[in-house]
Amino acid sequence: MTAPAASGPPPTSVPVATSARAGSRRARGWGGAGRGQREGRWALAFLSPWVIGFVVFTAGPMVASLVLSFTDYDLVNSPRLVGTQNYRDLVSDPRLLTSMRNTVIYTVLHVPLAMLLALGLALVLNRLARGQGFFRTLVYLPVMTPPVAIGAMFLLLLNGRSGLVNEVLSWVGITGPAWTTDPAWIKPGLVLMSLWTIGGTAVIYLAALKDVPVQLHEAATLDGANAWQRFRNVTLPMISGTIYFTLIVNTIASLQTFSEVYTMYFGNAATASSSGDAALMYAVYLFQQAFQFLHMGYASAMAWLLFLIILLITVVQVRVARRRVYYEGG
Amino acid sequence: MGRSRSRSVVGAGTALTAVTLAACGGVGGGGGGSDQAASSSGGKVTISTMGFGLPDEIATVRVKTYENSAKGGPVKITEGGFDEQQFLAAVASGNPPDAVHLDRAKVGTYAARGAIVPMDDCIAKSGIDMSQYRKPGVQQVTLDGKVYAIPEFYGMRLLISDDAVVKKAGLTTKQVASGDWDTITMVNDKMTQGSGRNLKVIGYDPRIPETLPLWAAANGGQMLSADGKTASLGDPKVVEALTFTTNLVKRAGKYSEFKATREGVDFFGKDNQYATDTVGAMPIDDFYLNVLADVSPKAGFTVSPILDRQGKQINYSGGSSWAIPKGAKHPEEACEFAKVMTAADTWVAAAKARAEALRAEGGYYLGTNTGNKVADERIRTEVFKPTGVPALDNGAKVLQQAQDSAVTLPATYAGSEFEKAYTDAVTRVLEGSQTPAQALKQAQGEAQKALDAAAKSRQ
Repeated sequence: MTAPAASGPPPTSVPVATSARAGSRRARGWGGAGRGQREGRWALAFLSPWVIGFVVFTAGPMVASLVLSFTDYDLVNSPRLVGTQNYRDLVSDPRLLTSMRNTVIYTVLHVPLAMLLALGLALVLNRLARGQGFFRTLVYLPVMTPPVAIGAMFLLLLNGRSGLVNEVLSWVGITGPAWTTDPAWIKPGLVLMSLWTIGGTAVIYLAALKDVPVQLHEAATLDGANAWQRFRNVTLPMISGTIYFTLIVNTIASLQTFSEVYTMYFGNAATASSSGDAALMYAVYLFQQAFQFLHMGYASAMAWLLFLIILLITVVQVRVARRRVYYEGG
Repeated sequence: MGRSRSRSVVGAGTALTAVTLAACGGVGGGGGGSDQAASSSGGKVTISTMGFGLPDEIATVRVKTYENSAKGGPVKITEGGFDEQQFLAAVASGNPPDAVHLDRAKVGTYAARGAIVPMDDCIAKSGIDMSQYRKPGVQQVTLDGKVYAIPEFYGMRLLISDDAVVKKAGLTTKQVASGDWDTITMVNDKMTQGSGRNLKVIGYDPRIPETLPLWAAANGGQMLSADGKTASLGDPKVVEALTFTTNLVKRAGKYSEFKATREGVDFFGKDNQYATDTVGAMPIDDFYLNVLADVSPKAGFTVSPILDRQGKQINYSGGSSWAIPKGAKHPEEACEFAKVMTAADTWVAAAKARAEALRAEGGYYLGTNTGNKVADERIRTEVFKPTGVPALDNGAKVLQQAQDSAVTLPATYAGSEFEKAYTDAVTRVLEGSQTPAQALKQAQGEAQKALDAAAKSRQ
């Protein structure tokens, strides 16, 4: 067993000495009551909150939901086994297909747009000579807005007749659409709303941009590369790992989008009764099945279907990323 | 020594985690392990509620009345509207509140699943006089012959027309308030100004999908059988009602533009549709009269009764109720609480306090609509006083007269799915993707499938 390869500066004598001591401990084995054993137990003690939390709040509910997906369960009475009926019902549920289509359209529109804008924002912030801390905070602030407040706010901002968005569009001669009431514009409206929180991604990109070695840019400049060439051939490869990370995280978050959409279109009786299914996202429909129609078994099957879809998409992204992402030192 | 110390470290870490998790867990308002100790106060039992708030004297005085009554005790109120997820999680975890405040339309669904318990025994033991409660309210909380909740408020619809828009169209309020559908079509045409993106005034807003049961009833149609088990959304009378109401909307142009116009007004503010003359007339929830009394009492509007096609008054009632969840730790006290909260004396005391508070701040008290007939009559004679504002006094009078003409949908096993089926049907027609007959045929299939599945689960 060898120590993992480290990137960055060459190792100093301290890690070497530590590694030697660790090797010596391993030679003595774990059976004794040595320091290594005590450290291992301390590590377990410190890890136990996370491990217990994971078992109780993540792994346990996942197993429970897998079991429930094979039952008819209304949250009040005992679950009744129905075999694969819930999964067979998924295939013939037209609203499930609608919700899936809406969610995919939203994801396809939101993820690239949010990533591009966040990267643009990060590049601008990175070039600021002064006040970078202030503007970084300013960009991140909208992320702190509670999702329910975002939904309520954008319901007003996006109103086709009196909303600020169409008001601004009218200044440049554009007649804005009925973002919140026209089925064809509801999803673009939701994507517009989702951009409110790109500050989180922008700050991650900014951190990645800060890590790009200045020497590489200087060398490229000396070689005659222009700004675009430096961005394309130096910056992008160096932050590709971060871009890949945000792609996966944003994709998963988009496929699970719920709070803002629920607030806007399903949060009260009036909007819920007249919105149709144009804004019906997968997670919203799952919630309806679970807590409004009391079909917890069916909702559990929906949750597992979504899990498998996300898993599949992530696997594809990982395979594609192997050829596209540059990892420094490995 | 070292091993035992390490074990104690792991044990301490685990215990600390468990304690932390335990502290984070737990929902609902019930007691807990030491329930009796925690919920007793001076020998009186503390009960907990869910889905209820204390926004004004109508709520606070009634709660105080219970707390000060001989059989009453402290009430722990977790303020907020009824939350399905929170309620079901509380019931499923065996830690429900003692009393839950919920919409009567949901009572059948929860009763069918056993999430709330029958209250017949409690009604008999506590001596709750159900003959005082309005029949439609009781009908909404009765499933398979058992009463599952005590009706509380009694919401209705009022036709409120804008005087300026009516006058400008060369019409009279009587024409606008007609029960004749040809006349309504005519007044809608005359009052509507512009269309589509240039819609300036919505003539007659039928407020669908939520009012479809009212329009169906006005046409003599029935959407659901009396026992709540058979949907009849394909009833020609229902189809006709949907055709008529959607045509009223289509006169204003594309539904998306109509809806954007409707949602673009300051509904609860001073620039509401009556203050800005942007609607001719609409059947709206009765609470809206209080909104107008508060923000623009002199906006120039007239309240009229809603008439069926034969010219008789008709209304659609809904509202809240008090139920006892399965597993409630203090069902007897919760029953007493429901009784006191909806008793005539309590309502009158609360109404008096509310009226005094409103008058003290220069506002107008127009009445309180309860599910208790005796309370309504006493509030009308003992508390209500004319405000001196003709539009408001007329509105209060119309409201009082409308109370006896209301109908409602019966309790059903799958209330949420039934409602979803017909509201989706209305939206499909408004968006132009289906005809009324096609949409309601599809809705009938969806609703009946849900009702049958719920009935099967109940068996």
